[in-house]
Amino acid sequence: MDLQEFVQHFAEQFDETDASIFTPQTKFHDLEEWSSLIGLSVIGMVDEEYDVALKGNDVKGSVTIEDLYNIVKSRI
Amino acid sequence: MAFAFLNNVAIRGISACVPRHIEENASLPIFSPDEIERVIAQTGIERKHTVEQGTTVVDLCAHAFEQLLHELQWDRMSIDALILVSSAGDYITPPSSNVLHGILNLPETCLCFDIRQGCPGWIIGLEVAGSLVTTHNFRRVILLCGDSATLMKSPLDKESRPLFGDAGTATALEYDTEASPIELEHGSRGKEYHTIFAKAGGLRYPTTPSDLEFRTDDDNMTYRAIDSHMKGMDVFSFALATAPKSVQSLMNQFHIGMDTIDYFIFHQANQYLNEKIRKKLKIDSSKVPYSLRNFGNTGSATIPLTIVSQCRERYSTDTINTIACAFGVGLAWGSAHFITHHIVCPEVIFYDSL
Repeated sequence: MDLQEFVQHFAEQFDETDASIFTPQTKFHDLEEWSSLIGLSVIGMVDEEYDVALKGNDVKGSVTIEDLYNIVKSRI
Repeated sequence: MAFAFLNNVAIRGISACVPRHIEENASLPIFSPDEIERVIAQTGIERKHTVEQGTTVVDLCAHAFEQLLHELQWDRMSIDALILVSSAGDYITPPSSNVLHGILNLPETCLCFDIRQGCPGWIIGLEVAGSLVTTHNFRRVILLCGDSATLMKSPLDKESRPLFGDAGTATALEYDTEASPIELEHGSRGKEYHTIFAKAGGLRYPTTPSDLEFRTDDDNMTYRAIDSHMKGMDVFSFALATAPKSVQSLMNQFHIGMDTIDYFIFHQANQYLNEKIRKKLKIDSSKVPYSLRNFGNTGSATIPLTIVSQCRERYSTDTINTIACAFGVGLAWGSAHFITHHIVCPEVIFYDSL
């Protein structure tokens, strides 16, 4: 599992936020476009790409994209 | 894994009733225009039929019942059991099925009971109603499924308000030795009961004045303790994990080939989730009808409402091989496989409040 690829998949869930601003350190809850609907998209993406079932608290408790990456990685 | 099959049970007809009143998502005051555009795009829900003050699921189900009985040309004296599946009753006691028994002038020889369930309710109701019929002790059973969910949700809850609509449905079952078996799979995850949860108003937490005050939680959702609130991301994750597995295990257990199925009718949660489930199972989109665009999520009514509103002509005129799958409150899920022959399937009717 590749961190850069995960960040890219994460960025693809956003429509208006420029993909170039996403890094492993991005605090995604602070992004203006972040919403619970995008949270659903992220859970859906992780299920599809990595076959891992994230819960709401996994998403809520993660500060950076890398935090979420580490949760997914630990469950593969 | 709980599997079941029911012999000698025929589905004879399905009907559905919704309030005439429509709530357009695009006009909801709790969203900005940009927000609601995104909500509609992702959920696929543009509008819902919602009850006006004084109407409940009992009224909607009574109309669905009368229409179905009329179309079937069944004598009401021949109904052996009436089951109502709904999340909440008109009263704490008695069960709403008994209230309906009186409204519908059913015979004293009729068994009545409620099953308190929401979204997974039609599958659970089919199991229970079918189990009565298969014994031959109950020859004709009417299964009423529906919810007036908008009465149980916060009008300020941005997660629930655009999703839920109201509907009542009726499904008629009859003993028939020629019927193909109905095959089912069920599951529960009770430890996650608080994922879709109305805390106050039952016996554990009787309503106090503060339960009637709106509060905003950590997720920025505004609701009262008496409102049914759902943790959207957890429900989504649960459904994605369980619904495809339920359908797949039903097909494996009973050796059902994908090609033999005419329609896969899923509980109408939201389009984004439902499409994920469909794609996981690699089902062609032509076999998966949706009613959520105009009706939203109507709890235990979604499967019969989808059949009636989207496929009534084919169900009325053909032999149809169906798999249905529902998931939600409990948390619980279930899937059912059944074959119907030219069932009575009249158009959706509208309820005008008095």
